Amino acid sequence: MAYIKAISYYLPPDILSNELLAGQFPEWSVEKISSKTGIRERHIAAADICSSDLAYESVKMLFTEHNINPGEIDFILLCTQSPDYFLPTTACLLQDRLNIPTTAGALDFNLGCSGFVYGLSLANSLIKAGEAENVLLITAETYSKFINPQDKSVRTIFGDAAAACLISKSENNTIGPFIYGTDGSGGQNLIVKEGGMRTPTNLSSSEEKVDEYGNVHNAANLYMNGGEIFIFTLKSVPSLISNLLQKANLSMDDIGLFVLHQANKYMLEALRKKIHIPEDKLFIYMEDVGNTVSSTIPIALYHALKEKRIFAGIKVMVVGFGVGYSWAGTIMQF
Amino acid sequence: MDKQKFIDEFELALDGLEPGTLTMETNFKELEEWDSMQALSIIAMVDADYDTQITAEELKKSKTLQDIYDLILAKKV
Repeated sequence: MAYIKAISYYLPPDILSNELLAGQFPEWSVEKISSKTGIRERHIAAADICSSDLAYESVKMLFTEHNINPGEIDFILLCTQSPDYFLPTTACLLQDRLNIPTTAGALDFNLGCSGFVYGLSLANSLIKAGEAENVLLITAETYSKFINPQDKSVRTIFGDAAAACLISKSENNTIGPFIYGTDGSGGQNLIVKEGGMRTPTNLSSSEEKVDEYGNVHNAANLYMNGGEIFIFTLKSVPSLISNLLQKANLSMDDIGLFVLHQANKYMLEALRKKIHIPEDKLFIYMEDVGNTVSSTIPIALYHALKEKRIFAGIKVMVVGFGVGYSWAGTIMQF
Repeated sequence: MDKQKFIDEFELALDGLEPGTLTMETNFKELEEWDSMQALSIIAMVDADYDTQITAEELKKSKTLQDIYDLILAKKV
């Protein structure tokens, strides 16, 4: 059996505030951005700061905040879609930078907003199979580097961050069961089209397109079809949650706290109403960080633990959903 | 499907709209308030109040309240 022994996270210091956004996009007021997205500010990585740097800082914080020795780590799992390099693997570079033993296993995996839950599943499985005892699970993104400065639909939402968790063996606590979901037919609705091998970055990528709402992007930028992503979420998340409860043989009332991917306040509120989650059981933490992709759930868990909303004996459901389309959920017994 | 109820729900979804502002013939995309966030509001309203989903593409092709009303009707059959 396994549990999350410790969590820390790191935000780069530069801040993108609603005031700055409203100044650039006068059609959206500070109040409007705030009330719809639930976000007041996002942190943005400087030009020379990459995902590995954010990851490094988050793990350093994990080590100091929780008094963890790098020698204890026997596996590194790192989730990112904005790695420093095509190769080598970011997790390998971090092994060296963090003085984690060379006997540790390390790998990156490429997922977005569902990534943390998949990482929990991998870490839990490695521990259950006896392949590892202390798994370092890192989520790190710098989506800001993909974003066109003129695209308010994504600039208002996404922030950069990294989170680090230590997943360890446990006698009493459990993670699971899991429910997974994948639908690659939605791949085009949240995508960076150029820069990979299918279409290497070339001259055409600088050609900017304007969508029906005035948002600008080129083919090397992050493109999000907000309407389609919203519909996907409304369809997939409620059935995921009911299937997960059924698999765990539990009811809604047995879950003490729900921590869903912090996409934006508007989406969470629509989901909350549809699934009938009581307001006081849906934990929200995004006002000062934004949608940090795979780090939203560990950041929210960090604050839920700090605020004592998570305590011994409670069951917490976590659900991630997004780019792919990919989704997954699990229940953690604390 | 009650048309007046549908108009009321549409106005409620586009927050800040005075009741009675819209008719079935209104081209909602010409409203000053219309933007990508309002589009999400309409998708959410249809999902919550009519238990069906209109796609972003369908919304893109629609102009009037009547268009959305007809889409819902077609999906509910």
